[in-house]
Parts: sequence; structure tokens; C-alpha cells
Amino acid sequence: MRTVARRWAGWWWLLPGLVLLGTFVYYPIIQNFQLSTYSWNAFTSTPTFVGMDNYREAWADPVFWRAVGNNTLFAIVSLIFQVAFALALAAILEEAVHQRLRGVLRTLYFIPAVISITVAGILFSFIYNPEFGLLNELLNAVGLDEWQRAWLGDRSTAMGSIIAMSQWQNFGYTSVLFIVAIQRIPREFYEAAKIDGAGPVRTFFTVTVPLVREMTTLLIILTFSGAFLVFNEVMVMTAGGPANSTHVLGTWLYFNAFMADDMGYASAIATVIFAITFVLAMIQLAYARRRRVEL
Amino acid sequence: MITRDALPTSTTNAPERRRMRGGGVVPVLGQIGVYLLLTVLALVVIYPLTWMVLSGFKSNSEVFANPWGFPGEWRTENYRAALDAGVGRYFLNSVFVTAVSIVTTTLISAWAAYGLTRTNLPFERVGTTLVLGGLMVAPTVALVPLFGLLQRLNLFDTLWGLIVLYTAYRIPFTTFLIRAYFIDIPRQVDEAARIDGASLWQTFWLIILPMSRPILVSAALLQALFAWNEFAFALVFLSDGDLKTLPVGLMDMQSRLLTNWPVQFAGLTLAAVPMIGLFLLGQRQFFRGLTDGMGK
Repeated sequence: MRTVARRWAGWWWLLPGLVLLGTFVYYPIIQNFQLSTYSWNAFTSTPTFVGMDNYREAWADPVFWRAVGNNTLFAIVSLIFQVAFALALAAILEEAVHQRLRGVLRTLYFIPAVISITVAGILFSFIYNPEFGLLNELLNAVGLDEWQRAWLGDRSTAMGSIIAMSQWQNFGYTSVLFIVAIQRIPREFYEAAKIDGAGPVRTFFTVTVPLVREMTTLLIILTFSGAFLVFNEVMVMTAGGPANSTHVLGTWLYFNAFMADDMGYASAIATVIFAITFVLAMIQLAYARRRRVEL
Repeated sequence: MITRDALPTSTTNAPERRRMRGGGVVPVLGQIGVYLLLTVLALVVIYPLTWMVLSGFKSNSEVFANPWGFPGEWRTENYRAALDAGVGRYFLNSVFVTAVSIVTTTLISAWAAYGLTRTNLPFERVGTTLVLGGLMVAPTVALVPLFGLLQRLNLFDTLWGLIVLYTAYRIPFTTFLIRAYFIDIPRQVDEAARIDGASLWQTFWLIILPMSRPILVSAALLQALFAWNEFAFALVFLSDGDLKTLPVGLMDMQSRLLTNWPVQFAGLTLAAVPMIGLFLLGQRQFFRGLTDGMGK
């Protein structure tokens, strides 16, 4: 009997973590589903049950679809820069650059990732500033004056400007993850490619790319779900403006919950975000399992 | 420019390597292209940051008139003004929240990792799923329900509320990291400790934790980065200006100072430099932590 009790005592080690997770992570998620079927705000004491009305509202809401579109654009651009470009950069750093310089550059490219998103966001809103911003000054200096504009104040460029800032901040981070993956490739593969007379480009496609596939898949999924969770970048730089053109699902949720005081609708948007990220997480999990079987 | 053949990266001799790569004009052009790309990228990273630091020393009119250059006079008073305008207080709030959440997150996650890997836990898979399942829940999704929950628990508008959330939401990732490390520690270590009469508790504190120093440092660094930079929770769950952490405080300051650009730049610099410094100091550990963490 004592040994049984002792065996179960292992769960005591998990208790503090599980209590915190249960209270602040799992319970709110479940509650969110429930809240999304109510019409409710911070000041009403009696929420009214409205069933699927909040979801119908989302379906008919042009800003909601605009946000979905912006998240998708964010995902596509991030896949290009933080997966494809970052992989090429990692390969270049590992294969074509002197070791000492490689370390310096790796550190340098990583620096934007360690500064706060608020610092980066405000800094870039200064860079995009129409009066003294670096970007317009640069265009002026190279004779492209007619391209100058208020980058964040213009509906046609605001979203692109935010996305560009995000790439600046993150490409170094994913490059380092790819470097980690490349360093795990046994050297013999590269030597074999060399003996076969493969140049750097061919070696990249026949050795590096296939052998970092795991990391690539992981980063595709993480980048994709990250793009649907974007919040800070937009809040700091435009808060969804001008004219709601830069809203993403996260900021549209925030706006409805804490500005428009429509908590029920905000919860419905949260459910949509959860559904998207949950599906991506499941794909990731399934992939990880399959990999384990292969080994 | 450093050419590739001059580098001691391979044991084969130089002419042989040149032959294998095919020689000729194309590789040379390729190398020039590579270094051009790397240099441009380096500038794209460095230039905005340098501009930020320098603009913090300028006068307001200089920011407009001379955006590229060095300041005529180095005005350190901008930095003092930024500290007084709130950056000093935000800084202390951030230090407090970060420091406490590092301790709570690392400890609670290490306990969980220990329970999962070294106690022959019944239904270990259930435990693993419950702890690591939190990885799938994004903080933004829970903003609305947490708003009410924190108010009911009297944690709304307190730094402790943030600490609790920063701990809870990071336990899955941190446990994942530490668990991978614990798995690699041989079982014999525990058996030897038990034969010597140590309890599980003693084994954890006196043997397993000291052995796991590298991963604990990495976990702490990653938690520091997270807590120092977290924005959404701090934006929604703090309303008292005196309690704001750096990320939300800077936003606040931006709307208060409006056109006093140099002081704003100084504030940004003060917020960015400690993290860059910490990262440069701990980068070896940091990159190693990434390597360990991604291994499993």
C-alpha cells in the first residue's frame, strides 16, 4: 500500500504547474468558447445568450475579413523571409564565410530579435515618419523622391511597412535555428558532394535542404501560426489604422473587447484564432509523431 | 575582402579545392555577391539602431535638419529626461516582473520535468500531455476571459498578476526544455543517491539541479527575454501608469511626449541596450541553449 502511495507521489511534483496551467491557461480557453455565445460587456451584470450570433456577425464583418487577409499576407511574407531566405542565409554563413566573421554576423543579425517589439515598432514608426524618417531621407538621397510618402499613414503601404519591420526583427532568429540544424548534418555529406564535383548551389539543394527538412517543417508551422497571432507589431505601429486597414485578428479582438466593449464578439474572434492555431499545432504534432516512427 | 581559399576551413589543399569548385569567374562573382548581401544585411540591422542611439543625443531641430549625421553637441540630458519621464520606473517594474517570473517559471517547470522523468509517474503520458498541451494555447486567445478572472482574483492591475501569467504561460515551453535535459541524465545517478539514503526531494535539489545548470541558465535567459518584452498582457491588465512595464510604458511615453523626439529616442535606447548587453554577455550560453533545446 505504501509503495502505491509513493508511486502516486510523483504527481506532487506536477501540482504547482498544473494548478497554474489549469487556472490561467485551460480554464480561460474553455470559458472563451462559452463567452462567445453570449452578448456581453464589462458593465452588464447579465450576459444574454445569443447562440451563434457573434459568429454570424464575424462572417458579415468586412474588417474581420480584412484582418484575415492581413494575417494571411503576414504569413506569406514571413514564410519567404523567415523560412526560405533565412535558410539560404544560414547556409551561406555556415558554408561560405570565415568562422570568426560567421560568429560576428550571426550575433549581429540576431540583435533585433532581443530588443522589445515595442522598441522596434516605435523605432520603425520613426523610420517611416514622413518628416524626418530615414526611409524617405534614403529615397531622397538616391533620387527616388517620388516614392516618398507617409508609410504608416497611407492605406496602401501601412500593412506592408509593418510586415517589413517584422521581417527585420525576426530573420536573424530563424537563421540561427537553421544554423543549428545545419551544424547537425554530418560533414561527410558535404565532402561526398564535393568529391562528386557539386558546386555550392547544388550542394545547397541536394545536401542542405533535404537534411534540414525537419527544422524547415517546424519553422513553416511556427511562422504560419505566428502570423495568425500577430498583435504587438500592429498595436505599436498603427493600432489597426488608417481606416481599419491594418487590423489583424488579434488587434480586431482587442479593439472589440476593450474599445468597443463587445466582449462576446471579441470571444468569437478569439475562437477563430484558437481554431486556426490549434489545427496548425495538431499538424505539427502529427508530423513529430511520424518522424519518431521513422527513426 | 577575405577570399575563401585563404581560409583554413578544410584539410584539402588550396589548388585541389579550387579545381573541385570549378574555378573561373562565376565563383568569384558569386563570392562578391555573397559578401555584398551580408554587408547590406549588416547595415540594415545596424543603421536603424545607430540612428536611434545618436538621435537620443540630438536636439529636436537636429533630428529634422540632420537625420543622418552625428549630433553637434552630445546632449546627455535627453537620457536623464527620458529616465525622469517614466523610463526609470518602467525599468524597475520590468526588472521586478522579469526577475520573479524567472525564478517561479524555472523552479515550477523543473519540478514538473522532474516529476515527469524521474519518479516513475503513473499515467506519465497524461501528465506530459497536460503540462505540454499548454504550448498550443496562445495568450491572445485568452485575453477576454482572463480580464474577468484576474479581477475576481484581485490580481488585476498588479505586477503579481503579470508574474502569475508570465509563469503559467511559459511553464509548458520551459518544462519541455528542461525535460529533454533531464531525460539524458543516467538513472544510475538517482539510484546511487537513493542507496545513500537521499529522498527524491534531496536528490532533486542536491544532485539533479546542480547537474542541470546549463539548461537552467538557458531556460532563465529565454524567460528573461519573454518577460522583458511581453506586451499584450501588460497592455490589457495594467492600467495604473506607475505599474507599467517597459514595453507598455514606452507606448505611454510616446503619447505623452508627442513631439519631443530626442527624449523618445533616448527612452528607446535605454530600453533596448540592457537586453542587447545581456545577450552579448550570455550569447555563447544562449546559442548553446538553443542547440540543446532544439535537439529533441
